[in-house]
Amino acid sequence: MGDSIISIERVSFQYPDQSDFALKDVSLHVQRGEWLAIVGHNGSGKSTLAKMLNGLHYPQAGHVTIGGLELCEENVWTIRVKLGMVFQNPDNQFVGTTVQDDVAFGLENSGVEQTVMKERVLTSLEKVGMASFLNQEPHHLSGGQKQRVAIASVIALQPDIILLDEATSMLDPLGRDEVMETIRELKEREGLTVISITHDLEEAAKADRVIVLNKGSVYTEGTPQAIFQMDQELLQLGLGVPFTVKMSHLLAEAGLQLSKRHFNEEELVKELWTLNFEK
Amino acid sequence: MMEKIILGRYLPADSVIHRMDPRAKLMFIFGFVLIVFLANNVATYALLGAFTLFVVFLSKVKPQFLIAGLKPVIILILFTFFLHVFFTKEGELLAEIGFFTIYKGGVIKGIFISLRFFLLILVTSLLTLTTPPISVTDGIEALFGPLKKIKVPVHELALMMSISLRFIPTLLDETDKIMKAQMARGADFASGPILERVKAVIPLLIPLFVSAFKRAEELAVAMEARGYKGGEGRTKYRILAWKSRDTVSLVLLAVLAAALLVLRS
Repeated sequence: MGDSIISIERVSFQYPDQSDFALKDVSLHVQRGEWLAIVGHNGSGKSTLAKMLNGLHYPQAGHVTIGGLELCEENVWTIRVKLGMVFQNPDNQFVGTTVQDDVAFGLENSGVEQTVMKERVLTSLEKVGMASFLNQEPHHLSGGQKQRVAIASVIALQPDIILLDEATSMLDPLGRDEVMETIRELKEREGLTVISITHDLEEAAKADRVIVLNKGSVYTEGTPQAIFQMDQELLQLGLGVPFTVKMSHLLAEAGLQLSKRHFNEEELVKELWTLNFEK
Repeated sequence: MMEKIILGRYLPADSVIHRMDPRAKLMFIFGFVLIVFLANNVATYALLGAFTLFVVFLSKVKPQFLIAGLKPVIILILFTFFLHVFFTKEGELLAEIGFFTIYKGGVIKGIFISLRFFLLILVTSLLTLTTPPISVTDGIEALFGPLKKIKVPVHELALMMSISLRFIPTLLDETDKIMKAQMARGADFASGPILERVKAVIPLLIPLFVSAFKRAEELAVAMEARGYKGGEGRTKYRILAWKSRDTVSLVLLAVLAAALLVLRS
């Protein structure tokens, strides 16, 4: 694979005292600069995969290479700087007593100089639109704002890859949009590689490529468009197809001439209200 | 609930005391606690009282906040006062009410000891009112830094303190939620005999503990993911700056101590 930033080759992992493999012979590649969504229902192995990419688990068989470095105990701290991770619970990843302290935490860990730190804290908070919250305490922030601070603390370390491990699953719809929008902007501006691990297909719809995991192995992969075509199959895997996709599917069945299966609500609405203009 | 229990009720403002280095403030408080015990007559207590009022004035903290801080200990102060009034048998007899006898020495001693308590609490609550908790933690870490040489985990302790401070509101919020959830299921926290009420707290504490442990685990993973591997090779975001006013404050304290030594009987 030409420019793959992460390659996972035939990786297996089994938790102690569990008979089934959490990951079984998984191989996949992530291209530099792409947005990859890894979807799967609970127990599909997606969280194990996320933890493995950050060196919180090591593969029992196979190899994981991140940014040209083999994942092993020696390289793990370098890899953690290259790959930043945003976790599910907005509260349980907020280490500092204020927004700026939290963003500084990762920088302090890697021994960045104080003057450089000040600058980086400010610029990364600006990038996520939280610069006016410098001295706020976490309990005065909404879930979406806390996740944006978490993103700022990740990008302060100037990583190549940002990994979202169910980062929006505890947020309300507004917070979810706010976080996804931040990620989209950052990806465009900074050329980041984004991996989002999720069970929310609406979030997966924003990706360039989707990989579906089931029972510890790769079930299928493709563009969101292609994945959403197989809605019955997805349902069997415990994944709900987004409402907009379902809607356009049903509208097409009812005889409406839609140009494509939409997974963006706005696009669908636009097509619907302009549909009769062309007649 | 959140409003009632506020630890380290920091009041943001701009005053000389607010701008002081937390290390200087901590050293000052420690010194003050020691020299309060030097006072033993009217002149020395008057001097201490005037000095304390001067510091309060400099801090621009409104007196009602200081009084609010004194409320929980007022009983203790009154208790020590009456203890001395009734049980110190020195000087001339002032009054005799049945079983109790009140001597002049007792009243004077009672006033002095209460005043001592009062001054100590006033000055220490001034610390929490004018210093954000995180700065107190930084100050403690810096002051105890030399202990690292004898393997005292100073950095770890300071980090533990700052994480606890950060999670107090989160856990209070959670307690509130669990309480409401249990009340919705018919739990009663507010009435019944003491024993019943203590028992009612158990279904509150267990979920709280379970979730606190879960949070701790997730936080540890998140910290590790952000590259935390102990205090070694770590830089500090907050840098403490020792200014001349900090030196001046400690010199003033030394002058006060000297004056007390001269004036005490």
